[in-house]
Amino acid sequence: MNVNDSIVVVLAASAIFYGTPLVFAAMGELLAERSGVLNLGVEGMMLTGAVTAFWAVQHLSGPDWLVLLLATMIGGLAALAVSVIHAVLVVGLRANQIVSGLALTIFAGATGLSSYVGNVARLGGQPAHHEYTAINVLGLADVPVLGPILFHQNALVYASWALVLVALAYLHRTRTGLHVRAVGESPQTADVMGIDVARYRYAHTLAGGLLAGVGGAYFSLAITPNWIDGMTSGAGWIAIALVIFAFWRPELTLAGAYLFGLFSSLGFVLQARQVHLPPEVFASLPYLMTVVVLVAVSTGWARQRLGAPAALGTPYVREER
Amino acid sequence: MNPEVTAGAVPAVAMRSITKRFPGVLANDSVDFEAREGEVHALLGENGAGKSTLASILTGLYRPDAGDIEIYGRRVEFHSPRDAMAAGVSMVHQHFRLAASLTVADNIVLGHQAAPWLRASPRTIESQVTDLARRYRMPVNPTARIWQLSVGEQQRVEILKSLYRGARILILDEPTSLLTPQEADDLFETLRRMTAEGRTIVFVSHKLEELMAVSDRVTVLRGGRVVGTVETKSTTPPQLARMMVGREVVFAQSKEAHRMEGGEVVLELRGISADGDLGIKAVNDVSLAIKAGEIVGIAGVSGNGQRELAEAISGARRRSAGDVIVDGRSLRNGDPEDAIARGIAHVPEDRLGTGVSPSLSVADNLILKSHRRAPIATRGILRRQRIAANAKQLMSRFSVSAPGPDTPTRLLSGGNVQKVVLARELSSRPRAIVAANPTRGLDVGATESVRELLIKAAAGGVGILLISEDLDEVLALADRIAVIYEGRIAGVVPRDEADVQRIGLMMAGAPA
Repeated sequence: MNVNDSIVVVLAASAIFYGTPLVFAAMGELLAERSGVLNLGVEGMMLTGAVTAFWAVQHLSGPDWLVLLLATMIGGLAALAVSVIHAVLVVGLRANQIVSGLALTIFAGATGLSSYVGNVARLGGQPAHHEYTAINVLGLADVPVLGPILFHQNALVYASWALVLVALAYLHRTRTGLHVRAVGESPQTADVMGIDVARYRYAHTLAGGLLAGVGGAYFSLAITPNWIDGMTSGAGWIAIALVIFAFWRPELTLAGAYLFGLFSSLGFVLQARQVHLPPEVFASLPYLMTVVVLVAVSTGWARQRLGAPAALGTPYVREER
Repeated sequence: MNPEVTAGAVPAVAMRSITKRFPGVLANDSVDFEAREGEVHALLGENGAGKSTLASILTGLYRPDAGDIEIYGRRVEFHSPRDAMAAGVSMVHQHFRLAASLTVADNIVLGHQAAPWLRASPRTIESQVTDLARRYRMPVNPTARIWQLSVGEQQRVEILKSLYRGARILILDEPTSLLTPQEADDLFETLRRMTAEGRTIVFVSHKLEELMAVSDRVTVLRGGRVVGTVETKSTTPPQLARMMVGREVVFAQSKEAHRMEGGEVVLELRGISADGDLGIKAVNDVSLAIKAGEIVGIAGVSGNGQRELAEAISGARRRSAGDVIVDGRSLRNGDPEDAIARGIAHVPEDRLGTGVSPSLSVADNLILKSHRRAPIATRGILRRQRIAANAKQLMSRFSVSAPGPDTPTRLLSGGNVQKVVLARELSSRPRAIVAANPTRGLDVGATESVRELLIKAAAGGVGILLISEDLDEVLALADRIAVIYEGRIAGVVPRDEADVQRIGLMMAGAPA
């Protein structure tokens, strides 16, 4: 048997494949949270992205790559539009971030706006006209072990790697990145140092929305190239947990996303190998992991020490006497 | 510190006829202030004398209602701390402005717009910071995160932040209030180095000894006005204390001092110590005995352990050592319920935060300490009618003016909130009351009625520990006055022997 068909290689490759939408959504949430804005609307924004991107591939024509690029951008922008609501409410009007985020997920999510759009446009049950497929990078796809894992993935997987590198460099090596961290940590300090707290929070909440939308588009254009109501099935919530799990660090977010990707794919891979366990066991694994991880990292020591932005979730009001 | 300063040269800071009004308070009343280049100029005054307001105006946090500011002879108008920074004026706040999870180096370069967008490698920034730190002998590890540092180190970062931006005029607000004596000495050393370079230091403080040690000149404020500016060399701590406290003390409303011989001790503190919120020892071996009918006042400048002392007695804070003894038996440590059951009433200093539950009604706040027992509760069920009757009775007895017993307490005026607290505490028939700043922020009328209630309670045989930052209040009400300084009782004097100057000196930490 070819080594590339071994269960380890297949699992590794599919962990990356299934983990990628989480990388996008979690990286977006990470940017928003680093600026001090908690966005619980990720699930709703992902579903918005999924439905609009799918609508786009069904209605646009042209070469695959262009349609997919445009559709992904449309999905991202649609989610960004939803995140504008959150940003205006919590940054501009200083509303409660938890309430606003939850309301958005209910409003835009499954059985909400996204299913309305999908149903009105009769997107259900259609096969996608265009979809992301694996690219054989430099013809290295058949290299033993590394080939299928690193060189035979779709374009969004490669984009997500670039995203993580850019986010890392942005947060730690640019002046604006330093400002973001300061704004999320101590808006009072940032304000005294002449940094516009509200502007940073708006920008990063919107960037978070855009990336959540791209993560959603991945579901309808890469994982199951069709549209089903509520198709992200909780990925948005896992993304939020992932940011905490990764202590607000991009590189750990990537690793965490692949861990969850592994659990998501375990069921399919094992079934294909004739391992028969109740499918519910595998289906529930990512969620069980989420619970375990959240309990583990919510113990007191993890919070301040490992990078939770101190001002996360709190509106900033300049002190006036 | 720098005797070569030439008189007549353009002053580094000149503030003329600065007036600043806050609702109900004239914080600065036509204040003139001048600091020469290269000097340490101390701003001395009691709490509320207007020194922090003046400093905040100089650093761009507040804008004056009237008056001019000149920096090196140039007229300036600051709209924000950034404007002040651009003119070379920077302030080290008493509560540091630092982002706890960022490194020292990142905090120092934060918001520095001249920095390129793509930052120099962290190592380059760190070595810049290390050089700066070495130059001013303020050792600090640039890669450390703020939360890992001691308070003294955090202060160094704040000062380095100002120096990194090229501040020529530095305002330090109560810089030693959180420092150990050793750290304070190091700070003074640094200040000398800075003035030798021609930088100007405005040193806001109320501690006489350190002013004598560190400053060239002192400007004393009282009640928002300048009392005078003196050369440190030609003044003495008693003279400064007199200027700060004011010669005449008005005994507007006072308790008949009565002799306490033979009175029984109701509340005894035996060597109690407690840590503050930051884990620094805030109360240090305090012993006091309060007799029935006696008011013992604790005078002292804010932040010398008063709040912690009150909480250590009432059980809201754990004691690290010592006993609180009520009627011969000691209270359980850190157990407010035990203190309440044994008859200790507490009038906390933060009345809306810890005195009452602001969104509960007046009636509900009035039963917060009696809701566990009959007649208010029987078999775990609250008796609404009795609660209402209780509220009606207490509100008229303590003349609480509120639209009704069901009004949320937060809607009441400060004086009425305090009356609600007192009504609840006094109606529980306490053996002793611990009252912390009971009249702070109240208007004259409310102050009067609160003081009357305390005097009446004492006449009824309750022992009262009155902790107050208002020396006049302590002098008016207390039979004996204990002065607290850095968590220790610096001395206890009976009221008829009380000498304002001596008490003022003890409050400022001068040896009694």
